[in-house]
Amino acid sequence: MAIDFFSFTDEHDELRATIRQFVADKSSEQAVREQMATETGWDRAVWAQMAEEMGLAGLIIPEEFGGAGVGYVELLVVMEEMGRALLCSPFLGTAVLATNAVLGCATEAAQKDLLVDIAAGRTIATLAHVEAGGRWDVGGIQMRATGQGADWQLDGSKRCVIDGHTADVILVAARTDAGVELFRVEADAAGLERTSIPTLDLTRKLATLEFTQTPAVKISDGDQSDSLEIALARTVAALAAEQVGGAQKCLDMSVEYAKSRLQFGRPIGSFQAIKHKCADMLVEVEFAKSAAYQACFEIADGTADIRPSCAIAKSYCSETYFHVAAENIQIHGGMGFTWEHPAHLYFKRAKASELLFGDPVCHREALAGHIGA
Amino acid sequence: MSETPQIGEDEIRQRTRKLLEEVHPEKVDSITFRRAQYEHGLALVHFPVGYGGLGVSPKFNQVVADEIAKNSKVTYPDPPISVIGIGMGAPTLVTYGSEELKKELLPRVFSGEDIWCQMFSEPGAGSDVAGLSTTAVRDGDEWVVNGQKVWTTLAHVSKWGMLVARTNPDVPKHDGLSYFLLDMETPGVEVRPLYQITGEAEFNEVFFNDVRIPHDRMFGEEGQGWRVAITTLMNERVAIGGGGSTRKGGGPIQTLLKLWQDRAQDQRSAAGEAIARDRVVQRYIETELLRVTAIRARAAMKSGNPGPEGSVAKLAGAEIYKRLWETCIDVLGNDGLSFEAGYTLRQGFGGTDTPEALAKYQFLRSRANSIEGGTSEIMRNILGERVLGLPGEPRVDKNVPWKDVPRS
Repeated sequence: MAIDFFSFTDEHDELRATIRQFVADKSSEQAVREQMATETGWDRAVWAQMAEEMGLAGLIIPEEFGGAGVGYVELLVVMEEMGRALLCSPFLGTAVLATNAVLGCATEAAQKDLLVDIAAGRTIATLAHVEAGGRWDVGGIQMRATGQGADWQLDGSKRCVIDGHTADVILVAARTDAGVELFRVEADAAGLERTSIPTLDLTRKLATLEFTQTPAVKISDGDQSDSLEIALARTVAALAAEQVGGAQKCLDMSVEYAKSRLQFGRPIGSFQAIKHKCADMLVEVEFAKSAAYQACFEIADGTADIRPSCAIAKSYCSETYFHVAAENIQIHGGMGFTWEHPAHLYFKRAKASELLFGDPVCHREALAGHIGA
Repeated sequence: MSETPQIGEDEIRQRTRKLLEEVHPEKVDSITFRRAQYEHGLALVHFPVGYGGLGVSPKFNQVVADEIAKNSKVTYPDPPISVIGIGMGAPTLVTYGSEELKKELLPRVFSGEDIWCQMFSEPGAGSDVAGLSTTAVRDGDEWVVNGQKVWTTLAHVSKWGMLVARTNPDVPKHDGLSYFLLDMETPGVEVRPLYQITGEAEFNEVFFNDVRIPHDRMFGEEGQGWRVAITTLMNERVAIGGGGSTRKGGGPIQTLLKLWQDRAQDQRSAAGEAIARDRVVQRYIETELLRVTAIRARAAMKSGNPGPEGSVAKLAGAEIYKRLWETCIDVLGNDGLSFEAGYTLRQGFGGTDTPEALAKYQFLRSRANSIEGGTSEIMRNILGERVLGLPGEPRVDKNVPWKDVPRS
């Protein structure tokens, strides 16, 4: 059944209100700053509540695996609200990235095994696929896995692994004779060294993982290059929705400030220099919504090749979020440059999420292939 | 004359079939058919009964059009040359015109017998159109008009012109305006083509030299001209609005992609080609998001929660299309140096049979996108003030008699 593009139901509106209230309670600026300063980077009690009481950990996990089994429209609503509040949480790594990778690439038995625990909030998972070359696409995966049957070993290193130092299970993409396959590595596996890296964006932690004859279980059956590409496209669509939420928040902050900040005897928002900046930010944010919504509704709809729309979403929403976050600092003037003002938190999240999963140029290069340019 | 208030889709279809039984487009000319369509209240169904309508929702206009198309190989849709008359003139006339004018002119504008034009803008009143200087001075039962209008589409073929003139210079600008319907054949009206960047004249300048208008051709009361003009302008957005392709990859972006695919970029290094390709892809993304934003606007309208998507589209579209056509010329490389259509000064516009010719023409024509129908700067003010709620600029012309406001 074809879905009604861009129409949000009352249930969607209720979900949005619920999440907005939740993040208002649990992800105040104060709470974000507290989590930023921790090694873990997120609050276990908050995550437990998200997983157990709200069913968010298993939002897109099918009901047969203990999830809520809802679609990508719900996910987009949730991501927007989380992005708005800079929620520090393993949601992106576990409930989006790892979940999409498992749903797309793992055997049914392995899916059940892992997704039940993810949905219940018992397991934090992530995907490790970026290597020293820095590429975020499947073509960048060089690591060789050795072994046979279920028993394999991994050697080499993976970079920029989201929540890599806190995840209970690491899904590793590595090459076998069959192609790119997916492996499951436990956090306490022998020969796994996890190093948290000091991140630009303190609200989302990354780690470098070193594998030395690390035991791994192969959970896929045959080459997963295409399905991993789709899983990554689905992930960037969700991330684009998060970027839209953050960008909208930056615009709201700017407009609010432009109305209340008086200079030369009048609100700075009455000056066209500021007003036109805000109008341009509004146009960009509305276009970013179009981009993220198109991608997420296409995924929910399930009939189109989602890759072009996902590439558009990641490219456009990344640039919009960063530009709007940068203008937000400019509009706030000196205050916007201080540590105590939240503008820099959004600015850093914006740039980091622009680089995660490939920068806009990478996605436009991929899009060029899809549209014959 | 009174109608039952419950006219629904079926009733409209029935009435349309009845019209077709009496007068069939396959057997008569456009004027005859459209006059009959008017008499049946099926011209503009949202107009009142007796004035070409049935007093029902405008959405039923499509039902009439569909029913005609279903039953006739020949259809007579609104003639493009009548877009101003039907889209903007008729709604203003039906709201503010005298009974006699409505009865006489509404059928003629709908049938296409009379062409209308709109005379608001002046050399000294562009974005600030309420600051206009053309004067109308009362002389008995007539008004005597002097001044100049500009950007007047179709003035050279029009029978009627919607004219806003200043009737009182001693009050603030909005309060001293009156709205007239001018017979363009009146002595003292001079229409000159205004040649534009392409060499063509889509527009005219109109000069008024002691032009006399009977008082009963005034719409609304003396001094109410701005209010009447707003009615015309609101309908302008509806009449002109829309635009853009509804198909993924359709419309102007198709031209750019075709030019790009058809040309080996031999003049560039591999790196240069990659840079150029990125610009092409950025244009693709922008036009695709313009398309999706328009769909979102329609979805929001349907759910009764119109958001900012519509106002956003005017500003974004203007800038996006300018960039798109610029990129086309860059892709053409040295072929972009020639302009085969030439700059022969002439009236009308067009001459775009190949993608190359279209790109070269639109590269020039699209500069107007961000000027006409509200400049991009004015659109940013509108978005800033009406959508985001930012405070307005302090107005130096507010509460000041128009004659005391500085002007260039």
